[in-house]
Amino acid sequence: MPKVILALENDISTDDIYPGRFMATVLPTETPQFAFFDRTDFNASLKAKAFPPGSVIVGGENFGCGSSREQACSTLKGYDLAVVARSISRIFLQNSINLGLQVVICPGIEATEGDDLEITADQVRNHSTGKVYDQVKLPAARKGIMDAGGLIAYTRARLLARG
Amino acid sequence: MGMSVVEKILARASGLPAVAAGDVVEPKVDLAMSHENAALVINQFQEVFQGTGQAPTVWDPSRIAIIFDHRVPAESPKTATNHKKIRQFVAANGITKFHDVRGDVGGICHQILPEYGYVRPGFVVAGTDSHTTSHGALGAFSFGVGATEMASAWALGIAVNIEVPATIKVVVSGTFPPMVGPKDLILHLIGLLTAQGANFKVLEFHGETIRQMSTSGRIAICNMSVEAGATSGIVPGDGETVRYLREEAGVTDAIDCVTPDPDATYVRTVEINVSALVPQIACPHMVDNVKPIDQVLGIPVQQIVIGSCTNGRLDDLAAAADILRGKKVAEGTRMLVFPASSKIFAQALDKGYIHDFMRAGAVVMNSGCGPCLGVHEGALGDHEVALSTTNRNFKGRMGNPTGEVYLCSPVVAAASAITGVITDPRKG
Repeated sequence: MPKVILALENDISTDDIYPGRFMATVLPTETPQFAFFDRTDFNASLKAKAFPPGSVIVGGENFGCGSSREQACSTLKGYDLAVVARSISRIFLQNSINLGLQVVICPGIEATEGDDLEITADQVRNHSTGKVYDQVKLPAARKGIMDAGGLIAYTRARLLARG
Repeated sequence: MGMSVVEKILARASGLPAVAAGDVVEPKVDLAMSHENAALVINQFQEVFQGTGQAPTVWDPSRIAIIFDHRVPAESPKTATNHKKIRQFVAANGITKFHDVRGDVGGICHQILPEYGYVRPGFVVAGTDSHTTSHGALGAFSFGVGATEMASAWALGIAVNIEVPATIKVVVSGTFPPMVGPKDLILHLIGLLTAQGANFKVLEFHGETIRQMSTSGRIAICNMSVEAGATSGIVPGDGETVRYLREEAGVTDAIDCVTPDPDATYVRTVEINVSALVPQIACPHMVDNVKPIDQVLGIPVQQIVIGSCTNGRLDDLAAAADILRGKKVAEGTRMLVFPASSKIFAQALDKGYIHDFMRAGAVVMNSGCGPCLGVHEGALGDHEVALSTTNRNFKGRMGNPTGEVYLCSPVVAAASAITGVITDPRKG
């Protein structure tokens, strides 16, 4: 069962997730080292591989606000983390879908670090509190990109279809 | 049913008679803008073509703009190598709207695009920068995307699978009091809407105050629309848009302003009268933490920043220079000035503003993003406070997670530089 490894407040910015001073590092293979860099202990735990794939970051409202930097998604994708938040800023949401980072909009979510969370097709179940929360479905237009495994594969298929 | 400006633009760009909020469309992209993060776009673009048997070819090199601004001149070998890689790609693909690190045609992307007439009313503009909302000031639908979405646009020439955003109508009336202007208006609006109040929506600006506002002021308000979460801010093109493009950007071909239908559908209408507006300050660490200046007066400031894509244009520098002329920046406070483009820098030099700043003790830097995103040229020391005309004050934004950033207009920044504390320019 995936555990909540970080429970955050509202308005977590991309400067928090991936500070601007590391933006010269661009490759998805290199960005994970800087995830939540200024949250020193959490960053160290990530780098020590303390969390299994599928572990969950829980956010409040407006998660991922700010910059369009895609590093903020690739840095989390590098550890195969998932994000469950009450609401998600537009560009962060789109970048996550494009890169295949699992993001779930769950307006009522309440969870603390260490809770066991189960993400189903349309709900999030907090096994530690026994509460169940509905997801807001991602826009239907995004499904094609998700089903293709991300925007690179999706665009490649469109190119080939064009001939 | 009538359409908003963005609905009209998206209908036209998608080859459809009409669209409504929530529809999924694939508009042609008229302009695709990147800065240093083109290094990542290039990587993703080449990956798209892997295994296709096709050579990686951009759909239309004349519609791609790349402007170096985030780290200029390069602050590290890594950035310099990214610059080098991008230059090679630009040359190999025949990209002409390229602005290198230069003192004649360089500058910040959100100033270069309007200044060189790259953006027109009715355009669909995608940019790998969240402040791409700026170009709504010229009546374009202009929105920020990530690097992979840009790679897709470079390959296909369209924005794939986007929902038509709903539109919030913002009607602004009244006349700005002295020392109050567009920056105070947009900070006030962000405070009203909150940081996510316009998430997935467009802010469409109307009213006598907007009609009388210069393109520079319109850029400032559209620039910061994203701080309320907006996909785009937009001022429908009008006489001022045409004047700016003809007189300042040297555009000679046809300009087609798109205006909303009288019966357009809006999800919300916000009305603001600016006649009694006071200077506004966004306090740490969120842009929607906006307070009237009297609530923050006297806070000591170690660094003043005037410039950026939000407030680094000639009228901004003129207003600040008028206050600083013959005065001195306070001991214990340092002041940095970043003109938004090399052209503006040269104009400010001709007008004497640069001398005003230097004689006052300010350091005038080359055009670029400077310390706004915490990379170089003005990081904060531990627990230092900055007062800045830039657009973001998130924790760590100026390079130090213990630092604090307050956001304000150029005249508030200039008046505060003289005293070393947050100061009301109306009482200077």
